[in-house]
Amino acid sequence: MNLAFFIQYLVAGITYGTIYAVVGMGFNIIYNTTGIINFAQGEFVMLGGMVAVSLHHHLPLPAAIAGAVLVTMAVGALIELIFIHWLSRPTVLRMIIVTIGISILIREAALLTWGHDVRVLPYFTGNEISAISLGGARISPQAIWAVAVCAAMVLLTTAFFQWTMLGRQMRACASNRVGAAVCGLPIRNLVTLSFALSAGMGALAGCVVCPITYTQYGMGTGLAIKGFTVAILGGLGNSLGAVAAGLVLGVVESFSVSALPAAYKDTVSIAILLGILFVRPSGLFGGRAATRV
Amino acid sequence: MRPALLRQVVLFLAVAVVFQLLAVAGGQVFLLTQLTMSLYYTLVVLGLSLLMGYAGQISLGQAGFFAVGGYTAAALCTWDLAARRSSEWVAAAERTGLLTARTDAFGALVLTVHPWPSLALAVLLSMALAVVVGIPVLKLKGNYLAMATLGVGTIVYSIPLGTARLGAADGISGVPPFPLLPGISVDGSPRSRIANYYVACVVLAVAMLLLLNLVHSRVGRALRAIHGAEDAATAMGIDTARFKVRTFVLGAALAALAGVLLTHFNGAIGPSEASVMKSVKYVAIVAVGGMGSLWGTLAASLVLNFLSLRGYFGTLDDAVFGAILIAVMLFAPEGILRIDLRRTLGLAARGPRAPAEPR
Repeated sequence: MNLAFFIQYLVAGITYGTIYAVVGMGFNIIYNTTGIINFAQGEFVMLGGMVAVSLHHHLPLPAAIAGAVLVTMAVGALIELIFIHWLSRPTVLRMIIVTIGISILIREAALLTWGHDVRVLPYFTGNEISAISLGGARISPQAIWAVAVCAAMVLLTTAFFQWTMLGRQMRACASNRVGAAVCGLPIRNLVTLSFALSAGMGALAGCVVCPITYTQYGMGTGLAIKGFTVAILGGLGNSLGAVAAGLVLGVVESFSVSALPAAYKDTVSIAILLGILFVRPSGLFGGRAATRV
Repeated sequence: MRPALLRQVVLFLAVAVVFQLLAVAGGQVFLLTQLTMSLYYTLVVLGLSLLMGYAGQISLGQAGFFAVGGYTAAALCTWDLAARRSSEWVAAAERTGLLTARTDAFGALVLTVHPWPSLALAVLLSMALAVVVGIPVLKLKGNYLAMATLGVGTIVYSIPLGTARLGAADGISGVPPFPLLPGISVDGSPRSRIANYYVACVVLAVAMLLLLNLVHSRVGRALRAIHGAEDAATAMGIDTARFKVRTFVLGAALAALAGVLLTHFNGAIGPSEASVMKSVKYVAIVAVGGMGSLWGTLAASLVLNFLSLRGYFGTLDDAVFGAILIAVMLFAPEGILRIDLRRTLGLAARGPRAPAEPR
């Protein structure tokens, strides 16, 4: 493998990796405030892409993307309000099954609305054949968009949790739910907010990758498995761990294609997931007990 | 064997006979085809019910074991060895009765593995997979267990899809009939519809008898203890890991058996049988039937599978199962039958029953 190929695979890996990182962070945000793994996480990415494509028929691209993020955030908040808000102490098994049911409903609704076809947004800048040359490798401008937007999202959410009042309240809720409630924090509303935030992040990620990977109604399950792999790999609840793990998974997957048939690309990440679960469930970057703040 | 359990199973068979007579009397014999398929799918669901409802362990990969059974049978029974008859191995296998010869539509000789050894191999293969997967996977709990089984299910699904020998996206068709007993063979011909219905009923009744006996024994109590509080069960000296894996393997064996028989009945199998959605449907059925209620699960499975196979849900089939999952888990997490009995009639269930889910 020469240098140009190496860079090409690396860039592809980083592009996918940032998406996985964002989905992984989405898992973490909801897990932190509720202890729930939201199996419908991948569907948020799909919804973001689909809604943006539909809105783009009537609106300019930036407005369509903003609209898609807002719509998906509303869907995320509604899901929480309808299905989760009023449950007093849901068990893990119950919540797994409920979120699986939700993911099926969103997928089927998308199938009825948009059909089987793949949908695609135009490139944000340039087009399919424009490329930036880097060490002999050709990099699509959209890949740079995807990496930049996802990186900005990671930085902004980190800043949000670190320095804003609302972010700190959500962290308080994650660290000690009862204690936070005693301090007068509106726990239930914070949980709703975490669903909206997580959905919005997924949707934005769905918009930036849509021009490269296309969007189809059934793409959510695969993304959910990968996002979960990333969340576990990085230590469940650990956002920066998820970012590092996302990049690792993206790059490993990308290079695996050069060695294995492309049909097994997904199998690689599942094998990593299983390996991690069996050997070190607290993740590569997590402590013995995964930190939740 | 408790007489009460035997009576329940006899009652089930009696109801089955009534259904068959009604179908014949009403001139609706064709309904028995879907009913037979539902009976086989129920076998898969019962295995999952033992794992989920009694031991409290979720599996999103149950369809994988059905597919291992069905695909093994389909591949072996359609693998024509006639051209390799000169090989010593093939000749030896033919002498020992492992192979069976027939002529195809053009009169050419077809030599394939006999359905009986292929059934045995299919079930053993599925059980072996369950052991290999189950030992590490069942150490996990909650979210981790769900994701791990989902991952295993996805890998199993990708195998037939990515393998040309297994027909890739088309699956395998032309699976020959299974000569079960002299005069009775598992196949999809309309002439043997009633016989096949009874074959499925008897297989299910035998499995039910076995499972009922199991859950009312020491093993069943151990499983319920694991469901209630795994740490406490371990402290009481129950080898929780072993019980969980054994339950998983038993469920895999039942699923594979159903896979083999249904594949011979349909004459074909496709990759959708291994899909994650199929596994999720099985979970939905167990949820409807009630965690820890074999008869409830059996009833829910027969009704839902039958409606689904007859196409009553149309293109909304998956959505219906998704909605069922949510509704049951939100409003009746212990199953529809159980909630109705206790809430509506005000009757508290007596005797041993599965405790509420652990946190």
